[in-house]
Amino acid sequence: MSTTKIINRCQALFDDLDFTAVGDWKAADSTRKVIGFMPVYVPREIIHAGGMLPVGILGGGDQLEVIHGDAYYQSYICRIPRSTIELGVTGRLDFVDGLLFPSICDVIRNLSGMWKLMFPDVYVRYFDVPQNYDDEIGGNYYVNELQELRSGLENVAGRAITDDDIRRSVAVYNENRRLIRDLYAFRVRSPWKAPSSEVYLLLRAGMVLPVEEHNQMLVDYLAAAESQDRAMRDNCRIVLQGSFCEQPPLNLIKSIELAGCYIVDDDFMLVNRWLFDDIPLDGDPIANLAAAFLHGSRETAAKYQPDGALKGKYLVESVRDNAAEGVIFAAPSFCDPALLDRPMLAKAMTKHNIPYISFKYAENSGQMQPIREQAGTFADSIKLWSDA
Amino acid sequence: MSADKTPIEVVKEPSMLKQKAMIAENYRKLTGAPETGRKVVSTYVPGNLNELIMCFDMVNNLPEINAIQNGMRQKSRGMIMEAEKMGHSEDVCTYVKADIGMMAKGNIAPNGEPLPAPDLLLLSYTGCFTFMKWFELLRDEYGCETVMLQVPYEGDGKVTENMRNFVVKQLKEEVIPTFERISGVKFDIDRLRENLRRSAAAEDDLVWVLQSAKNRPSPIDAYFGGVFYIGPIFTAFRGTDDAVEYYRLLRQEIEARIANGQGPITPEGDMGSEKYRLVVEGPPNWTSFRDFWKMFYDEGAVVVASTYTKVGGVYDFGFRHDPDHPLESLADYCLGCYTNRNLPQRVEMIENYMSEYEADGFLINSIKSCNSFSAGQLLIMREIEDRTGKPAAFVESDLVDPRYFSKANIKNRLESYFQMIDQKRQGAAAA
Ligand code: SF4
Ligand code: SF4
Repeated sequence: MSTTKIINRCQALFDDLDFTAVGDWKAADSTRKVIGFMPVYVPREIIHAGGMLPVGILGGGDQLEVIHGDAYYQSYICRIPRSTIELGVTGRLDFVDGLLFPSICDVIRNLSGMWKLMFPDVYVRYFDVPQNYDDEIGGNYYVNELQELRSGLENVAGRAITDDDIRRSVAVYNENRRLIRDLYAFRVRSPWKAPSSEVYLLLRAGMVLPVEEHNQMLVDYLAAAESQDRAMRDNCRIVLQGSFCEQPPLNLIKSIELAGCYIVDDDFMLVNRWLFDDIPLDGDPIANLAAAFLHGSRETAAKYQPDGALKGKYLVESVRDNAAEGVIFAAPSFCDPALLDRPMLAKAMTKHNIPYISFKYAENSGQMQPIREQAGTFADSIKLWSDA
Repeated sequence: MSADKTPIEVVKEPSMLKQKAMIAENYRKLTGAPETGRKVVSTYVPGNLNELIMCFDMVNNLPEINAIQNGMRQKSRGMIMEAEKMGHSEDVCTYVKADIGMMAKGNIAPNGEPLPAPDLLLLSYTGCFTFMKWFELLRDEYGCETVMLQVPYEGDGKVTENMRNFVVKQLKEEVIPTFERISGVKFDIDRLRENLRRSAAAEDDLVWVLQSAKNRPSPIDAYFGGVFYIGPIFTAFRGTDDAVEYYRLLRQEIEARIANGQGPITPEGDMGSEKYRLVVEGPPNWTSFRDFWKMFYDEGAVVVASTYTKVGGVYDFGFRHDPDHPLESLADYCLGCYTNRNLPQRVEMIENYMSEYEADGFLINSIKSCNSFSAGQLLIMREIEDRTGKPAAFVESDLVDPRYFSKANIKNRLESYFQMIDQKRQGAAAA
């Protein structure tokens, strides 16, 4: 299969604000259930283990006309909650039997309560995670939270979710994580062969497709991209940071690339790469999920860094490990976690002589010209600087 | 009271003088710490563990209170702009920026002396995501030790055993040992019990004062006046004899007001006759605090209950600090703070206030800085209107950034709102 064909399919899934693919999956069997989740991380394994489909709800993008959603939010609150409300009140999320709101910021936190009030028939859970990484303290707390989640999901599924069910699902998601790691590694090696707009669309497809299908899609894409010749451009290599929740418009990603920057690392849909390593298949699967979260998960603004000396280290390492030459901080307007974190990360960049630029976007930003110009100037200055 | 009345210096009640002296004394302790050698801890109003801090003889510095002081003294604008110049986004909470800007400008306390760098940041992560980033930023500036106390959010509208155990465990295994190490003082649980006993006594009187607003006329304003009444219990005094004494005095004063049929005290003396009884959601604006208040008392509008006065602890539904279960009750206190409650709980609380305090209307002052309060407020407003049939209104401002306080807009909005309440009343009387 060609990359074009695969990406066309991803694009169609991405464009479909009615989630037809999910509706079709559900309609195939009257017992099927769908659990939505918002950024930044939920253990999809437990949902999958209950025979249900986890679906990422990532706002409405730049194509959704938000009419009702704006009536729920003041102008100084980011876009993703209002477009998500829009999707809800226009019936586009009627297929959702449960919705998980991870602990990422006060906006998504409060949206969980709004959902309870507005959609009382849906199973709604605020998914809290530990900010304390000691097994006996944060770990115990998290294991119990996961057990509560499991029993809530059992109620939705109408069946027990056994340890073996979870182990089987962990294996499938281990595979998914491995393939996504491969995809990222492939892009690092040859970014001209895996443009970030394509990588992004592949990740988005994973938000709505059954994981087994997504795994196959990733295998096919990697094979096709490997064998395809594409022109290598004289682009600089950058890490994109701050786009972990409200989604950047696809055009923004394309604009950055067109402006002369290969994105070699990013924080898109972190749920895919939240856990660094495979989760063991033996032992207690809930304890394993908890241990992976505590000791082997990604750093992002929504997580506490207990050691001040390590603040920003992950980003410095990402630049170094991916042979990047600079960082683009691209955060949604009014995004507290990203924007409060940014000065600390920027300080770490300065300390390590890593050039960076910053801008804000909204999921429905239309005007890309300023961003293209800023990214273009940045690319030029990096090239000049590295030639000097 | 008419708008053109010359402001007079109101006679200060004994409780006001007492509170003023308490605040001055705490700033004296803070700025004098380098000489006295006392250790300083910074922490937040929601989830403030003052009784525990006292067990280690440490002095409590609350950056939100510094920001409020700077806002009321018209100093916050320059501080916020300083922080923005340093690279902090215009989109984020202005308490954080006022704090960072204050530091950049020499960290001068209201008494004119420099505040020392804290020895410890107690990151009580209660009811607000920004707290976590705020102290990461301060840690970066001061390079001092930080201890995190994560307080899980009441996502399902209740406190579970798992949540309580998690908080208690953090207190026992992380927070207390860190305090012992930094202060050099060994933890004495009996000392904590004594502090908690005093807290509970003060809380009884505070609740009595807040609930006095059920009288007609209300002897207090539970929002503008309320922010003074919650002062000691929310800050560095909960658990002290001073706080017990303050609330005893305050209660006596309010008892006398009720006996005399008086309404609330305002900055311009006694309020005239009570025309509108309101419930208010959201923090006040501090940079134009008096102007904002005046828009209410000039119209005879009194706030009979507010949610902001519950942000540092909810006591009016029965919770008290409990000396018999010291750590558990500190956990329950943190878990129960207003912004740690989910939206349905907040709606229920407001609905309860609307009926218990016989309010004529509901007003939201929506704060740009504060997603914790503000995200979801428009739905809260609809729910309250639907459930009570009472008119609601929405105004927007900010905490300490004067650029977001538009006096004319807010005044217009309030005036038409009061007219709306009148019309609703006339309609009801005619029916
Ligand atoms: S974009 Fe930022 S502020 Fe908005 S919901 Fe997401 S994390 Fe929260
Ligand atoms: S966001 Fe709100 S609760 Fe949090 S620090 Fe700012 S004002 Fe306080």
